[in-house]
Amino acid sequence: MTTENRADWPLYEVFVRSRNGLAHRHVGSLHAIDGTMAVEMARDVYCRRAEGVSVWVVPSASIVASDPAQKESMFEPMVSKVYRHPTFYEIPPDVKNI
Amino acid sequence: MYTQGLDQRGDNAAAPARADDPAALAAFQARIDREEKIEPNDWMPQGYRRTLVRQISQHAHSEIVGMLPEGNWITRAPSLRRKMILLAKVQDEGGHGLYLYSAAETLGVSRAELVGQLLAGKAKYSSIFNYPTLTWADIGAIGWLVDGAAIMNQVPLCRCSYGPYARAMIRICREESFHQRQGYELMLKLARGTPDQKRMAQNALDRWWWPSLMMFGPSDRDSVHSSQNAAWKIKRVSNDELRQKFVDVTVPQGHFLGLTFPDPDLKLDEGTGHWNHGPIDWAEFNRVVAGDGQCNRDRLAARRKAHAEGAWVREAAAAFAAKRAHARAAKAAE
Ligand SMILES: [Fe+2]
Ligand SMILES: [Fe+2]
Repeated sequence: MTTENRADWPLYEVFVRSRNGLAHRHVGSLHAIDGTMAVEMARDVYCRRAEGVSVWVVPSASIVASDPAQKESMFEPMVSKVYRHPTFYEIPPDVKNI
Repeated sequence: MYTQGLDQRGDNAAAPARADDPAALAAFQARIDREEKIEPNDWMPQGYRRTLVRQISQHAHSEIVGMLPEGNWITRAPSLRRKMILLAKVQDEGGHGLYLYSAAETLGVSRAELVGQLLAGKAKYSSIFNYPTLTWADIGAIGWLVDGAAIMNQVPLCRCSYGPYARAMIRICREESFHQRQGYELMLKLARGTPDQKRMAQNALDRWWWPSLMMFGPSDRDSVHSSQNAAWKIKRVSNDELRQKFVDVTVPQGHFLGLTFPDPDLKLDEGTGHWNHGPIDWAEFNRVVAGDGQCNRDRLAARRKAHAEGAWVREAAAAFAAKRAHARAAKAAE
């Protein structure tokens, strides 16, 4: 083995647009020395079967995420607001086009 | 693969220290029982994390070492078509290794650490890759039997309770089915070819059959990790059940090829509809896992050589990236 530094290259998250009209979707991650290399490697690793027409890579370290431990207080208030959904309202079946 | 480098990572690494109190364990088990997926930054028992790191990293190593027996035949594939197929398959296996190392990294280990363990000879990988590929027919037998056994093992893992592992497995399973089909097609070509070709196919089946059955791991009676892993829904189907399923689907495929299996006890049980097989040589299995198979030393030496010979590429890429960053900074300063 060589004496090279064994630290990994930075981690990138990979997003692929499978075809125009659809949003980019997270497909996985990879290590690369920089963004240019990450795009090239994402092509080789995540698009070997024509899975995409566009690739985004984002340094994993720059993603800011919600805290899973705070999941309850973060999302629960939305769960209890059922009146934000159309199914909350009762409309007689005779009323059409609503 | 997914959110490991996030801002929560520091908390996550600290979590096990205050973890594993009975209330937290019970809450965790309740989540598993509700079929909720566990995601990287969620609280998890230390044993769950340890088990996953071990299983996923061994799986990743297997994909990478698994490139070697087949890589052995790329330059000698008998036609351009076969060479393209084999190249694509071996490239897929490299990709599978990457997906799996990424999934392991979400649990707080680095890929460099895991690769280091493999190169140091401290990590395990599937016993099957310590057998040699002696003839071209072995490439067919590997695709048909080894990838076939891998698929059997991996399909239930697509429903594993750990999200990143399950997602990696879904991707892998989608890619695996071509591996098995190209192998079977190759076997079919040889089995319907000249008498010599058919003999070669039979010989490959004779050598790969038992090691393929061993791929499912020790019998349920002797398996140490089974019950906890089942409760955590990491392993949802037992070794023996999977092995039986594999035998049941594979034996008729072999008979279609006009080949025979190297097992005098192999017999269809009319009552159950299962093919009963003879006893597995577990002494051989243990020997190979412990490092004393035919190719263990070769495989490790090949990995170490490849890693060492790739060093200049990694160094050059780093130097080039630094130069590019420097040029960008200079341009921005203009
Ligand atoms: Fe694979
Ligand atoms: Fe495969």
